[in-house]
Amino acid sequence: MKRLAMPLVIAIVFLITVVPSWLGVYSGYYQFVLMLIGINITLTVSLNLINGYMGEFSVGHAAFMGAGAYVASIINVYLLADSNFFGQARIAPGWSILIFPISLILGGIAASLFSLLVAFPSFRTRGDYLAIITLAVNFIFKSVIENIDKIGGPRGFMGMGGVVKAMQDVINIPWVMIWVFIVMVFSIYIVRNLVSSIMGKGIVAIRDDEIAAELMTVNTRRMKVIAFMLACGLAGMAGGLHAHAVSFINPSSYFIIQSTFMLVMVYLGGMGSLSGSVISAVLFTILLELMKPLGLYRFVVIPVLFILLMLLRPSGLMGNRELSDIFPPLRKFFGTAEERISHVPASD
Amino acid sequence: MSLLQIENLTLYFGGLRAVENFSLELRQDETVGLIGPNGAGKSTVFNVVCGLYKPSQGTIKFNGHDLVGRHPHQITSLGIGRTFQNIRLWNELSVLDNLRIAHFSQIKYGLLDAFFLTNRLRVDEREVTEEATELLELFNLQRFWEEIPRNLSYGVQRRVEICRALVMKPQLLLLDEPAAGMNQGEIIELIDLILWIRNKFNVTVWIIEHQMRVIMGICDRIKVIDFGNTIAEGTPDEIRNNPRVIQAYLGEEVP
Repeated sequence: MKRLAMPLVIAIVFLITVVPSWLGVYSGYYQFVLMLIGINITLTVSLNLINGYMGEFSVGHAAFMGAGAYVASIINVYLLADSNFFGQARIAPGWSILIFPISLILGGIAASLFSLLVAFPSFRTRGDYLAIITLAVNFIFKSVIENIDKIGGPRGFMGMGGVVKAMQDVINIPWVMIWVFIVMVFSIYIVRNLVSSIMGKGIVAIRDDEIAAELMTVNTRRMKVIAFMLACGLAGMAGGLHAHAVSFINPSSYFIIQSTFMLVMVYLGGMGSLSGSVISAVLFTILLELMKPLGLYRFVVIPVLFILLMLLRPSGLMGNRELSDIFPPLRKFFGTAEERISHVPASD
Repeated sequence: MSLLQIENLTLYFGGLRAVENFSLELRQDETVGLIGPNGAGKSTVFNVVCGLYKPSQGTIKFNGHDLVGRHPHQITSLGIGRTFQNIRLWNELSVLDNLRIAHFSQIKYGLLDAFFLTNRLRVDEREVTEEATELLELFNLQRFWEEIPRNLSYGVQRRVEICRALVMKPQLLLLDEPAAGMNQGEIIELIDLILWIRNKFNVTVWIIEHQMRVIMGICDRIKVIDFGNTIAEGTPDEIRNNPRVIQAYLGEEVP
């Protein structure tokens, strides 16, 4: 039963999100919100690896999301769509279903290479000082994009709608949503496996006591590079999907506000809790959408809600626990990754 | 045969001379004590050996490897285990995880195995877990495997830390004030424990300690430093009666 429970949950989520969208049961708006939820889950899980598990304080995660968004969009629009930026499409639109995932991955790779700008300084500095560096990287990203006129500079970049349309002309299924779903499941799977392996627990040891980790043979530099590259690569893929979901992006879409939203989702869910990240990303995205009628006032209401939350539950909804720690009966169905790896001695 | 060879080690912190011309040769299976008043630079010597500080001058050789310039994790992977003056267990991880993570350099699987939970990882992690559990059983700590170190008593935390240092199968064990904060009963237990570890795991022990009872009870040789300088070296009996040591510890007699 334990082996089947997780795939079953994934199948059910697929059935209630992607399938109805395909059949046209959900309106375009609902589909958009569903995609945002999936993208936000990916972003939150990835940021949780840095802020929650490794204990660094990254406040510029949106830069990596943006890097992925721009790289994937530029590749796709250049090859597949007619646009004001690059002129005519260069490849028959039939190829779009193949090019799309490749460009997503390339966007992820670009973002993870970009993250080395933070990973290398993290060897020598940490905490508040590293936070400043992540902030600086976010500024660098915005200024660089703003100054490349070829891709619209501050006015933004578009044409991803044409790419999505090209894919739907081949086979009419909600392509972007399917990829959002796949990337989301993939990131939860990878991060969860990593942090439950002994190698990945080296990352948690860095958070607890970096010097002790280094002296207990943990290659802290390697683990930091891995954590940053993985987290930022996943964020980059989420960014590529975001660009195709909204079909218009500009440098300010991936600036401090977006970084702050991600931070809020991580801390709302609880640092070092993957189920917390998923729950908070869902709740936060829905909350933001529900508050739309309030206009600008929602940026007053939502922060007040968070102040209340932090007063009542300072370590977030889940703390560093997972759902199965809070509802032990769940363990019957979803053995911990730990149990899947190795038997643990019986407690007496 | 000499296991660790330190020659003319000198370390400056800015203008401050923390350690000066420190030389020491540790032979296999010996137990050596390093003592001196507070602030004498004892822990600093350990930190230099482990690679946390880069020496301004001097050489350190361990088993034929030159240690200067290597990263700490590379140095400890060669077979140097250590404990800390103020216990540095990972307080948000279970006792078992504390031991398992110290296996880091012995892990045989790669990053992709960790991403996809391959069979190779399962086999390796099962072995690591068994090894860690056996070690806990040897130290009679198995009932604490699930606990967070913070919740354990001080004496138990010390034992867990020593246990963790043995995970990397060290040839040299550096103990930094293991008896700090212990009462007389615990100190007697600690002496027995160290003697037992020395025989059971065949390690060379290098120990910093203020409790003379521990030092005199287990050391073959003792080195005394003060303000970074070596002031005496010899067997416990020689040290006990050395006037310079008494002077450093008790101060000079008023004429």
